Amino acid sequence: MCEVMVVTSGKGGVGKTTTTANIGVGLAMRGKRVAVIDTDTGLRNLDLLLGLENRIMYDLVDVTSGRVAYKKALVRHKKFETLYLLPTSQVRDKSAVKPEQLVELVTEMRNEFDYILIDCPAGLEQGFQTAIAAADVALVVTTPEISSVRDADKIIGELGRADKETIKLIVNRIRPMMVEKGDMLNMDDINEILSLECIGQIPDDEAVVTATNRGEPVITIDSSMAGRAYRNIVARICGEAVPFMTFPREGFLARLRRLFGM
Amino acid sequence: MFKSLLKMLGIGDEQPSGVVAKDRLKMVIIHDRTSVSPEVMKRFRADLIKVLSNYFEIDEHDMNLSLESESNSCALIASIPLRGMRGRVAKT
Ligand SMILES: Nc1ncnc2c1ncn2[C@@H]1O[C@H](COP(=O)(O)OP(=O)(O)OP(=O)(O)O)[C@@H](O)[C@H]1O
Ligand SMILES: [Mg+2]
Repeated sequence: MCEVMVVTSGKGGVGKTTTTANIGVGLAMRGKRVAVIDTDTGLRNLDLLLGLENRIMYDLVDVTSGRVAYKKALVRHKKFETLYLLPTSQVRDKSAVKPEQLVELVTEMRNEFDYILIDCPAGLEQGFQTAIAAADVALVVTTPEISSVRDADKIIGELGRADKETIKLIVNRIRPMMVEKGDMLNMDDINEILSLECIGQIPDDEAVVTATNRGEPVITIDSSMAGRAYRNIVARICGEAVPFMTFPREGFLARLRRLFGM
Repeated sequence: MFKSLLKMLGIGDEQPSGVVAKDRLKMVIIHDRTSVSPEVMKRFRADLIKVLSNYFEIDEHDMNLSLESESNSCALIASIPLRGMRGRVAKT
């Protein structure tokens, strides 16, 4: 059976594309057949994060407009061979893909894949409606900032209106030191406010940037904290009960020592 | 200086900004969800006082109106103290 997940957020730039790439790779590392679809029309990025930018022949609009069969447009990953990308189009018209067209495409693709991940554009416009139309599950990404959480709440409301009932939360870019000091919302705070099931918290991690630079998602880097957090998310998606990771804590003494430069 | 020292040690009395953020978020989200702005609440309060005054002697200043959210639902909570009722209620 195939599960279709849309990765969405209210506020832009909170890590949707990063999350799509990492979960996609993570599922493929487990041997799952995965398709990732970039629906951020005009702003193509998912190909870059996966290191596939030089291998694109056709795009989503070519497929939905009927010019080519979807199998022709899929780009297979070199290293993770069960992972395929369907790149977005670079056209300016944000409404180039209609919700019905994506539903039809995804329905056709369901037979060939275990997971289909849809990377959603930011905002509440038609691009969002298109991206969520075909999804069974919505993964809402937020950062621990008030504006981002507020916008996430709006998106959750919209998902409800579109009858999307399975919604899961991912909190990205947590800074453990700030949480420790009480200067950042923590996962439980956000959980309580949005009342959603949380399937992961990802620390703010330089390795995300270096991994993105190389086109190899951070989940492939064993030693990185963010990579570990994404591997946990993938495990939870696969139905494993993984405890939430605790970040290294800074105790009272450590704070004293830092204060006096010791 | 002493205060900032305490704060750096994490034992100051000032609320950490994370707590402030949570309180502010809770409020703004309730208003977003119900699409009731603080301005509307103010007008509602005034109207409510007008109507209630036709029936009760109320204490405007101790009246408390708020929107509260519990998991997935929102509720309007009102606490309206009535003036000069204490003695009478006890007698009946
Ligand atoms: N956990 C993290 N640690 C450090 N940097 C991160 C993390 N997550 C995301 N970033 C960085 O934040 C930026 C935005 O991420 P990304 O492109 O995934 O967001 P997005 O939600 O897809 O944005 P848009 O709304 O524009 O599509 C990127 O530069 C990415 O490298
Ligand atoms: Mg993106």
